[in-house]
Amino acid sequence: MAQVNGKEVKSLSEVTVRFAGDSGDGMQLTGSQFSDTTALVGNDLSTLPDYPAEIRAPAGTLYGVSGFQLHFSSNDIHTPGDTPDVLVAMNPAALKINLKDLKQGGVVIVNEDSFDSKNLKMAGYSVNPLDDESLTGYKVHQVPITTLTQTALKESKLGTKEVQRCKNFFALGMMYWMFSRPIEPTLEWIESKFKGNEDLIWANQKALKSGYYFGEQTEIFTTRFTVDPAKLPKGTYRNVSGNEAIALGFVAAAELSNLPLFLGSYPITPASDILHYLSKYKNYGVKTFQAEDEIAGIASAIGAAFGGSLAITTTSGPGVALKTEAMGLAVMTELPLVIINIQRGGPSTGLPTKTEQADLFQAIYGRNGEAPIPVIATSTPSDCFYLSIEAAKIALKYMTPVMLLSDGYIANGSEPWKLPNVDELETFHKEFRTEVENFNSYDRDENLARPWAVPGTPGLEHRIGGLEKHHITGNVSYDPDNHDFMVRLRAQKVAEIVKDVPDLEVRGDQEGELLVLGWGGTYGAITEAVDRILANGMNVSQAHLKYLNPFPKNLGDVLSRFKTILIPELNLGQLATVIRATYLREVVSLTKIKGLPFKSMEVESKISEILGGSNGK
Amino acid sequence: MANNEVKIDVAKLTAKDFQSDQDVRWCPGCGDYSILAQVQRVFPDMGKKKEDIVWISGIGCSSRFPYYMDTYGFHGIHGRAPAIATGLKVAHPNLSVWVATGDGDLMSIGGNHFIHACRKNIDLKIILFNNRIYGLTKGQYSPTSEKGKVTKSTPFGSVDYPFNPPSLALGAEATFVARSIDREPKHMQEMIKRAAEHKGIAFLEVFQNCNIFNDGAYAPLTDKDVKLDNVIVLEHGQPMVFGKEKNKGIKLDGFSPVVVDLNDGKHSINDLWVHDEKDENPIRAFILAHLTDSTDLPTPIGVFRQVIKETYDDGVENQIKAVTQKKGKGTLHQLLYNANTWEVE
Repeated sequence: MAQVNGKEVKSLSEVTVRFAGDSGDGMQLTGSQFSDTTALVGNDLSTLPDYPAEIRAPAGTLYGVSGFQLHFSSNDIHTPGDTPDVLVAMNPAALKINLKDLKQGGVVIVNEDSFDSKNLKMAGYSVNPLDDESLTGYKVHQVPITTLTQTALKESKLGTKEVQRCKNFFALGMMYWMFSRPIEPTLEWIESKFKGNEDLIWANQKALKSGYYFGEQTEIFTTRFTVDPAKLPKGTYRNVSGNEAIALGFVAAAELSNLPLFLGSYPITPASDILHYLSKYKNYGVKTFQAEDEIAGIASAIGAAFGGSLAITTTSGPGVALKTEAMGLAVMTELPLVIINIQRGGPSTGLPTKTEQADLFQAIYGRNGEAPIPVIATSTPSDCFYLSIEAAKIALKYMTPVMLLSDGYIANGSEPWKLPNVDELETFHKEFRTEVENFNSYDRDENLARPWAVPGTPGLEHRIGGLEKHHITGNVSYDPDNHDFMVRLRAQKVAEIVKDVPDLEVRGDQEGELLVLGWGGTYGAITEAVDRILANGMNVSQAHLKYLNPFPKNLGDVLSRFKTILIPELNLGQLATVIRATYLREVVSLTKIKGLPFKSMEVESKISEILGGSNGK
Repeated sequence: MANNEVKIDVAKLTAKDFQSDQDVRWCPGCGDYSILAQVQRVFPDMGKKKEDIVWISGIGCSSRFPYYMDTYGFHGIHGRAPAIATGLKVAHPNLSVWVATGDGDLMSIGGNHFIHACRKNIDLKIILFNNRIYGLTKGQYSPTSEKGKVTKSTPFGSVDYPFNPPSLALGAEATFVARSIDREPKHMQEMIKRAAEHKGIAFLEVFQNCNIFNDGAYAPLTDKDVKLDNVIVLEHGQPMVFGKEKNKGIKLDGFSPVVVDLNDGKHSINDLWVHDEKDENPIRAFILAHLTDSTDLPTPIGVFRQVIKETYDDGVENQIKAVTQKKGKGTLHQLLYNANTWEVE
């Protein structure tokens, strides 16, 4: 074991850290700065921000606790970690809420200053847990973070309150020291974030540095850790969250399709960040329209699609509910449109800041009439980039609305992303109809797509709308046979997209005892669970669905090759129901509806149980 | 240059060029026929190419309008026409985008989209076919029906108060607010032209008779014998005179409009309120909109107000230009690689 400045340096292969404090303590910021720096030093990482719906819940309360968990490693990892190794608790409430998740023997760093009688009472502690046996079995470090921050900033021109608000940077500095991360990226970030306010820049930078030096000098910490860079494939990397990757994906899709991008959107958690990101890309010609409501968000996008834009609308479940009628209009008018649903806990307002996968039925079936639309689902933050492009491609090629599903966990979580070579991204130019001769607005090409004739094109003046359309001419038609024909035609058009859907790949044995079939954000937890089962010498296969309508054409065949199918989902078994109905076969459903992602252990335990093993660990 | 070309091109157009091949299916005698006819008469002179004109509608009798115009058209869903039109106009700002809508469509289910289109000053032209009844659903009262209206859904009379559409539009900061009547074709043509020429949101309410479910709703304003005593035609810069004999006028007594007799020896034309549609202060336009509150006062038709300010769609274009000039046109490579990146060897 190496020694630096009289301190041990221990090398670890992976660590899970959780920052927790009041929702006003800046824990999300602290967590995301730690993530960005950790990405820059080359670790693989996965994050789980977990915060309340209230912006500034009363200080010290249990319900006001905001957390940010980060798993980083020198290996390829897939989840934010089941149990933290280190907990940074800024107050008693944060300790109370989070301690139960901590690994036995884990490290607890507490802000000692906040353990006063008022905060203890609010957290429901009758006795100070720092003084009794509650923390036995953990390595506890008590640091007077507030006092140390105040001392460090005694020359600052800021008021007491503002000085105290710098304490998250002190804590971050300590953690940078403990895990041997550079402080420079965050120093630069502070500089640009508070540009123009020298006092804030000075104070936050000073707090960060003071925290770092405190780690170096104090005798509280005897050990420092290093985590080597991960052996990731060669390339250029950046850290990316799911929502940012969706924004980047659609700007890229617009460039690749040579169309202007239009976003019609209404702010909603956890989708708003896509609107924020896209509204920055004015110099890419992106138009973002913050509409008066969810309905105007999609209606404006439909108008823009009629006018020849690559049009999208972003929202979460309650917003999709409001957009439903307009989605039917897009089905009837056969215009290209992508509806992006960042799923959250439901029903109704539900759990706005928590993750869930309970909008699958809504995505596949949730419209009046026979109104099929393609549905695809992202599985990791970086995957969002590619599936956004894929959604745009399908919408344009088949002239159809497409539902792209993500969830709060993918949206806010981040991971290192190996950037693609932009020259290798495939272009997909869509031709507008310009030829006047034989023009019919509901004519069909080989993909059953109708022509896209954009206003401004001479000689192609035509009318579309929500009333049933006559095949070929597009005139309003109430003819019973025509309606029957058109309903089947629209269904057939969506069904035939299957020809572009890649076959479902099975990881592991191609037939056997058990297949774990997942979709969406459960990918990481399932992968990690399967890894561990395989490492324990048991046999299991894994497949993950990205295309939920239509399903890959080999799905039925894949299902038939396994004795048992396990479907873990953060709902009451929606994919399981669709699979049963479509393929007439029984499946085992593993469900969890807590507003939290699966822990890999939960999936592993179910797999073990099915395989007759040791019931997990 | 481009403008000259357009003019040569459109000189050949006639009303007939704007008639689509679809049969018009409104009830015989409906006021909608007049609106369609006046639009088709005026549009050839608008200086716009046919392909650059789009009609967008919601749901209701009036919303079938786009099918009968040989321009681009979009028959949307109930109430959402202003939102669809907004997306189209923002995405494609050189189009002339028109909304055909009714009192149920615009004032009830679409009220939110209407006020925000006004507030944002989106360069749309909205024609409200106001017949004060739900026609397509066969005769329920509407948000512009008078209080006490007996209909299928209010057999004992409605107990709620109606919207005053020009007042609502003015309150939502619409930059052009006007009214006409289906039985006044020349006046309506003039109003359509004025709306077309306005840069910004243009709101034109047309009193339209539903001869099936609300026949005679506007009879006092259209019957030859009485209409001149009940209607005042607003003209910019002109004193407010009306009446069969042009013998009545409106005077402003503080904020209260009063009718005066120009032949009573006490009042002259110099005492009358002179209409100023360009007045930056909206108060007088509101007073005009509320003349209909009193049965003693005539109902105004014409332009209530027209003011000029930057449109939303221009604002969007200008911002894109300014940011692009400052940052340079973005490339795909910059998009992905202009971030904190690191290399794995």
